[in-house]
Amino acid sequence: MESPNNKVAGDQSFVAGILALIGRVLLAVSIPLISFYVLYLGFLFLRDSNAPREIIVLIAIIWGVGGVGLLYWVFNWLVEKLPDQWKGRLLPFVFVGPAIAILSWYLAIPTLRTFYLSLFGRDGPPEGLSFIQQISSAAFVGFGNYASVFTQDLMVEAFRNNLMWIIFGSTFSVIFGLLIAVLADRSSFEKLAKSLIFLPMAISFVGAGIIWNFIYEYRPEGQTQIGLLNSIVTSLGGTPEAWPQWVAISPWNNLFLIVIVVWLQAGFSMVLFSAALKGIPEELLEAGRIDGANEFQIFFRIMMPYIQGTLISVWTTIIIFTLKIFDVVWVMTGGQFGTHVIATQFYRQSFTNRNSGFGSAIAIVLLIAVIPVMIYNLKRFREQEAF
Amino acid sequence: MSSAKNQKRLGKWLVNLTLLLLVLIWTIPTLGIFISSFRNRDKIATTGWWNVFPHREWRPVSELDPKALGLNPDEVMEIEGVSGTFDQFRKGIETPDGKRVTWIGNKRLGKVEVQENAWTIDWDFSLDNYEQVLGGQDFEFRRPDGSVEVVPGDNMVNAFLNSLAVAIPSTVIPILIAAFAAYAFAWMKFPGRRGMFIMVVALLVVPLQIALVPILRDYRSLNLNGTFLAIWLAHTGFGLALATYLLYNYISSLPRDILESAFIDGASHFTVFTTLVLPLSVPALASFAIFQFLWVWNDYLVALIFLGGNPEFELVTQRMAAIVGARGQDWHLLTAGAFVSMILPLTVFFTLQRFFVRGLLAGSVKG
Repeated sequence: MESPNNKVAGDQSFVAGILALIGRVLLAVSIPLISFYVLYLGFLFLRDSNAPREIIVLIAIIWGVGGVGLLYWVFNWLVEKLPDQWKGRLLPFVFVGPAIAILSWYLAIPTLRTFYLSLFGRDGPPEGLSFIQQISSAAFVGFGNYASVFTQDLMVEAFRNNLMWIIFGSTFSVIFGLLIAVLADRSSFEKLAKSLIFLPMAISFVGAGIIWNFIYEYRPEGQTQIGLLNSIVTSLGGTPEAWPQWVAISPWNNLFLIVIVVWLQAGFSMVLFSAALKGIPEELLEAGRIDGANEFQIFFRIMMPYIQGTLISVWTTIIIFTLKIFDVVWVMTGGQFGTHVIATQFYRQSFTNRNSGFGSAIAIVLLIAVIPVMIYNLKRFREQEAF
Repeated sequence: MSSAKNQKRLGKWLVNLTLLLLVLIWTIPTLGIFISSFRNRDKIATTGWWNVFPHREWRPVSELDPKALGLNPDEVMEIEGVSGTFDQFRKGIETPDGKRVTWIGNKRLGKVEVQENAWTIDWDFSLDNYEQVLGGQDFEFRRPDGSVEVVPGDNMVNAFLNSLAVAIPSTVIPILIAAFAAYAFAWMKFPGRRGMFIMVVALLVVPLQIALVPILRDYRSLNLNGTFLAIWLAHTGFGLALATYLLYNYISSLPRDILESAFIDGASHFTVFTTLVLPLSVPALASFAIFQFLWVWNDYLVALIFLGGNPEFELVTQRMAAIVGARGQDWHLLTAGAFVSMILPLTVFFTLQRFFVRGLLAGSVKG
């Protein structure tokens, strides 16, 4: 028999259940909403506030770092509320989703968008038209931009210079890095030497530009030279020059800029070679010595084949790096005096001349240049069966 | 036997000497800027920084008045036992006893100095240059002839703070996002996992130039351009592929049984991630953090494009490039400014070098 009391209790628990459900839904909706609202307020504050710089900076750091943590926490909290089956399905995407979304927005999709832009004239595809209308409009130039990329005088100069950067920059970085690694391994002050060679890696290109501008500083003949290079040259009886701006020896004045990158990158290759050299088993070298090999033979016949893998990866890294070189040239010469490279031309066309079609075509050429490395990376990844 | 030993010693000596030479060549450029940043503004502009090392220089011993000596600068003159024309004396004529007679100034008002070649050292260091590059106001200089010159300083403090506000979140945000993703790739099963990771690997070397124009268009339409959020997201986007790849390699190699026993105890993925995986991954997180911090702090291109329109948010690299462009001869500002911009990356670098090297060894190429 059903007692009225029981019915009341049942009603109560039913009402309580509904209330709890409403409460949970409200909470589920309001916590994200409040979080988003707080984050949005922070954004507005940072954009429009006139507070003292120190406070803005502090709030920016807390808001930026805390905000991301908060978002993950909120989404995880939401998904944990779901039934187990849905939780298992959705949770991985809470973890991996933001990374994939950002990578898609910032790198994957832009390759397609940039390629599309590169098929149009300077102002890009006309807005408000459908895809068919856009590609049949007058702004559509097909591969016309690519034709100019490979024929325009300044671009041809940029390709030539970039080739010099790639050849000399990477070769000298590798040679000096390897030489220093080998020497340091046998010297009495390995740690100190490696730290000092490595130090320029912490310096920005702009800073390095200033440092080397000071080395190249030029004063007219007869005045006291305050730049180290011109001081040495004049004391040896030569004439002072403004080295990177010395157009008379073009294109070789580019070498004075390439030196800067060798100076910055030798530390990088040194560290990798040093680790690789230390990985060579001592018995192997000892066996070579007992067989009567001299140090040069040991270097070229034993060490070099052993560190071949490292050699290739360091070389590729620096090639890609010099392919995209921008800051050094931009700060030192601004691309004048015959020193333009692909990336400075990209900047000039895209942002100074505001010719988005031409600039995008240059960016696509850069992308095509790194595709072999991309394919190599993917191939190596496929070989790792573990994934 | 002893000759072999000698040869070995000679070899070692040769190695040390060559290495020392290379280290010197690598250090001198930075040393020059560093020393110059403490030198007086006039000294930087007129003498080489290497004058702070002991060197021989002609210094005046006594001064003569040409009028009192009754000299006529238009003829061959004889002073202190040497004779020559005015132009020769202007350059200086050495006397047999190792001194030098030099005419200073013009024909009418000049004076004659007897100089000797002596060892000197040019030590006159101060923090004035740093004060000027940070102080942001005008500074007065007294020229040697007594007139006063006003030279504007520079306000690097603001730029320094802006760089901090950009660099710290731009380092932490991609690490956090990448660590979550790396955890999911390593310890969760979900559809599309392999495809997504292949995308990460493929994007490792994509040059960021490819993204600048489209992203700038998005920012314009979202009204995000020139804000901190814009540049954080940009640096996150450009650093994320490498971060995810490196952290995946580390997190996937964590010992399986530790994590599994946590799951058996009923811990959720979120708890395992925050309380177990993050603390265990500190070495990998630190090495990528140093990478990303140095990269963001030293970046110029991304800042130029996404913050370029807003002078209030200028970063140190932009500030320095602006000084190079507008006041490229103001070496007292450039040298001190360069060091202000380097102080933080160098500190990070030297205190955390161990992690940095480890990151390089695990690393790959950044796009």
